[in-house]
Amino acid sequence: MEKILTRNWNVEGGHTLAHYRSSGGYEAFRKALGLTPEAIIDEVKLSNLRGRGGAGFPTGVKWGFLPRESDVPKYLVINADEGEPGTFKDRYIMERDPHRLLEGCLISAWALGLKATYIYIRGEMVFGAEQLEAAIEELHEAGLLGEDIQGSGLSHDIHVHRGAGAYICGEETALIESLEGKAGQPRLKPPFPAVVGVFGCPTIVNNVETIACVPTIIERGGEWFAEQGSERNGGPKLAQLSGRVKNPGTYEVPSGLNLREFIFDEAWGGGILGDGALKGVIPGGSSCPVLTPDEIDVGMDFDQLMKAGSMGGTSGVIVISEDVCIVRLAARTAHFYHHESCGQCTPCREGTGWVARILDEIEAGRGRMEDLDLLLEICDNVEGNTICPLGDAMAMPVRAFLMKYRDEFEQHIREGACPFPEW
Amino acid sequence: MSTETRSETSEPLAFSPGAEERFQRVLGKYPNTRAALLPSLYLAQEDFGYLSVQAMEYVAERLALPPSKVLQVATFYTMYYKKPHGTHHIEVCTSVPCCMMGGYGVVRHLEGKLGIGVGETTPDGRFTLTEAECLAGCGHAPLMQINGRYHEHLTPERIDEILDGLD
Repeated sequence: MEKILTRNWNVEGGHTLAHYRSSGGYEAFRKALGLTPEAIIDEVKLSNLRGRGGAGFPTGVKWGFLPRESDVPKYLVINADEGEPGTFKDRYIMERDPHRLLEGCLISAWALGLKATYIYIRGEMVFGAEQLEAAIEELHEAGLLGEDIQGSGLSHDIHVHRGAGAYICGEETALIESLEGKAGQPRLKPPFPAVVGVFGCPTIVNNVETIACVPTIIERGGEWFAEQGSERNGGPKLAQLSGRVKNPGTYEVPSGLNLREFIFDEAWGGGILGDGALKGVIPGGSSCPVLTPDEIDVGMDFDQLMKAGSMGGTSGVIVISEDVCIVRLAARTAHFYHHESCGQCTPCREGTGWVARILDEIEAGRGRMEDLDLLLEICDNVEGNTICPLGDAMAMPVRAFLMKYRDEFEQHIREGACPFPEW
Repeated sequence: MSTETRSETSEPLAFSPGAEERFQRVLGKYPNTRAALLPSLYLAQEDFGYLSVQAMEYVAERLALPPSKVLQVATFYTMYYKKPHGTHHIEVCTSVPCCMMGGYGVVRHLEGKLGIGVGETTPDGRFTLTEAECLAGCGHAPLMQINGRYHEHLTPERIDEILDGLD
């Protein structure tokens, strides 16, 4: 398979403007300047590109929500707050091929009439932020950023804004609050960011990988991009493998690749660590419900994984082997979301912590059988009852762990101890 | 705590010339000064050592914000240090999936080696040890960051080597 998104990753100096240009970089931007904004948006719609941050919303449709005419500036905000456990792809785009993202920003700016782009990058990604700053500086020096770029009439600037350690800022309205200098607490929608976003202005919020796909869509055409994936899920994408698997890493794969193949084929995962048995797979980052070994003959795209009872999420595949304690894994998951809850909505603030404490008790051998139904009841009362989906992101995986591996929870309670070795 | 920080002085605080220059650049990136708060807090933290009440008040004054707004933001985010911090900040990822791959073993090794628990700073002010939530390096577990730099595929020997190589 031809490498697109990872083409420059293992090339010495692959992150520089010189290298990016030598492999055809910024030609798509030049081509875009000869197209009407409508034609570009149409190509993106045709490409079946869907948000790679986890939600899978069609990018072209999202772009269509932005008002054409506006008395105030319009902005692009790149969501580079990659923090969902099991997800490690955007960081590499920014560290190893930042110009692919920046060219996507410029094409988007032309198509949507945007004044500036803010790249909201996780505070922990110090090197990624440095690489982006350096690449932006290169663009200024090359006359590809600033006022009236290349005589096109487009004026645009790109700024890097570092987060400061809050997973919730990956939620687009919390991210906007944070970009405005506030605590990252999600807003009620509507209004949606496309109407009232950052600084009160119409704003498109897109994931790093999503925008990094745009130059290829313009270069090769939306139809070509759509053909690289599965039905309604266009393009190559970055799928990640972690956990108890032989060859963990970030791989460029066609959307819709079979999940079992991805884990076991020598080209990718190569099977389970120590040739142990598979116990379960989290297919798209820690908020996605676990799949049992007999549920993983499924294509990795948003629709097929939804049909299988889970979610495509960020394509961050986490492999769980037979020797991993599911109760402990559920507890660790609940603690993560409890720690990252912004505290705004009571069901999430209290529910995530309550679930984590009950799971800790079961793991410590102090659980009661009635706790299991209580856990399910709390999950039901959190899910859907909050401003943003962070509470759901705790409830959905915990419920799936409990329903699919209930025997293991009961064993902890019956025996009054965890039967697995310490981590 | 032997590390002197400018945050603790009784003199009125002011950015050093280098920080002041960066502060002015930060202001130019946004349509209003409020938006400059997160980057300004980073500047203050780097320049003064940590975010003392005095440092937060200084940032509030420079951005014409009520000190309460600055405190709210500084306490919401985990990367702003409200108390003195070690020269080397070690953050170990223990999230799913790192927890399955030895993340807690790394924490235990560091606790033993440094003689401190998670969230603590060594008495000589050299090291602060914390657990981090997902550092986006899951394919290279177990891993840690020291002052923002990644160290992956850790073993006890590798950790000792890395720590011995620090000032």
